[in-house]
Amino acid sequence: MHEMSLAEGIIELVEDTARRENAARVGLVVLEIGQLSSVEPEALRFCFDVVTRGGIADGAALEIVVVPGAGWCMPCAATVPISERYGACPVCGSHQVQPTAGTEMRVREIAIE
Amino acid sequence: MCTVCGCGDGEVKIEGGAHAHRHVHADGTVHEHGHAHDHEHAHSHDGEIADAHGHAHTHADGTTHVHEHVHHGDHAHGHDHDHDHHHHHHHGDLDYGSGPARAHVPGMSQARMVQIERDILSKNDGYAAKNRAWFDEHGVFALNLVSSPGSGKTTLLVKTIEALQARLAIAVVEGDQQTANDAERIRATGAPALQINTGKGCHLDAHMVGHAMERLQPADGSLFLIENVGNLVCPAAFDLGEQHKVAILSVTEGEDKPLKYPDMFAAADVMLLNKCDLLPYLQFDADLAEANARRVNPKLTVFRVSATSGEGMADWLAWIEAGVAGQRARLADNVAALKARIADLERQLAAK
Repeated sequence: MHEMSLAEGIIELVEDTARRENAARVGLVVLEIGQLSSVEPEALRFCFDVVTRGGIADGAALEIVVVPGAGWCMPCAATVPISERYGACPVCGSHQVQPTAGTEMRVREIAIE
Repeated sequence: MCTVCGCGDGEVKIEGGAHAHRHVHADGTVHEHGHAHDHEHAHSHDGEIADAHGHAHTHADGTTHVHEHVHHGDHAHGHDHDHDHHHHHHHGDLDYGSGPARAHVPGMSQARMVQIERDILSKNDGYAAKNRAWFDEHGVFALNLVSSPGSGKTTLLVKTIEALQARLAIAVVEGDQQTANDAERIRATGAPALQINTGKGCHLDAHMVGHAMERLQPADGSLFLIENVGNLVCPAAFDLGEQHKVAILSVTEGEDKPLKYPDMFAAADVMLLNKCDLLPYLQFDADLAEANARRVNPKLTVFRVSATSGEGMADWLAWIEAGVAGQRARLADNVAALKARIADLERQLAAK
């Protein structure tokens, strides 16, 4: 989904930061992408390459840290691992699971020179 | 490049007043913008205000466009747009890090890590927060209607407007990739409507909606309807500042759509099951569709309606009116609070 918009959002954050730090170039961009977020990492990589071309982050490596999904299961009253937003609790099978981790889409850090 | 989808020329257009201009910065960078607005707005960078200045461009058509730029202290470059215009850089531009204007700084050659820790959508979310604050301040009830193409969103809007316009002021934003057909259908009801063409883009974002709000100037205590681009995927992630995201599923689609496109049904808090007048002719199991939607989002409010026959519309309309009343109450509270403050200040002044 709209990975190109997300890539644009990433490059804006990266360029703002790089400029503020008087960087000559950006060598690495580290993202945190939750397992339950609606991002397709491969599509994002492709878009990242396209949007970085010709700018300060041209050729930068992209590292995607996948954050595992977790949710609070109401019947179990416990945090359980889930791999889909609408996934069932792996313990009791209930769908009353509120995602508590793995929905993030963040730029964690960049390496600059 | 288009910030919505990365395309080269499928640009976002907001009806009326679109024009292009070009300006040259002190460092020789040439920007060309396609502007589709004629208002003032302020930009801020990183929220750290170290230096602010304003400047104005006058466009060929005589419109003056004033920007206030707030720069971060060590940000030496003269100009940096914080919003989603199309910047088409000319060949020979001075690019950060590659040209003489950004000559290599001695002692900076060693690679180092810089923490950013910010959400990728933080820019959109910032614009959405501004839109939401404006809606709350003015007691406007804003809905973001999302669905697949062909679910009957525009017909539903037309019928909703026809039913409510005697009691409420209503303004509509129509998002589509191309054509102003939908805005024209809305305007035929007498309600003001603005078409946003996203070009090759797949969703509306909060920045586009902010511009549309400036154009439409919704009245205090009114209803503001945003018909998003027909797409069950992308609009889910983009908060526009609305009070509610309303997903419309029609019975000519599959019962399993909420399971196939869970992000949208998770992001929405209301679902309309539309075209229910066709149920007798279809194999569609409405209860199963509702159960699937609640599996993704247990808190979903569901209305079964037919915009064409009018069945079930009363509940939906009552829900909207309750929402508008809530926002109006908020507006009345704001006004009462302001009046109390004025009275208090006047008392203080009288005592001097």
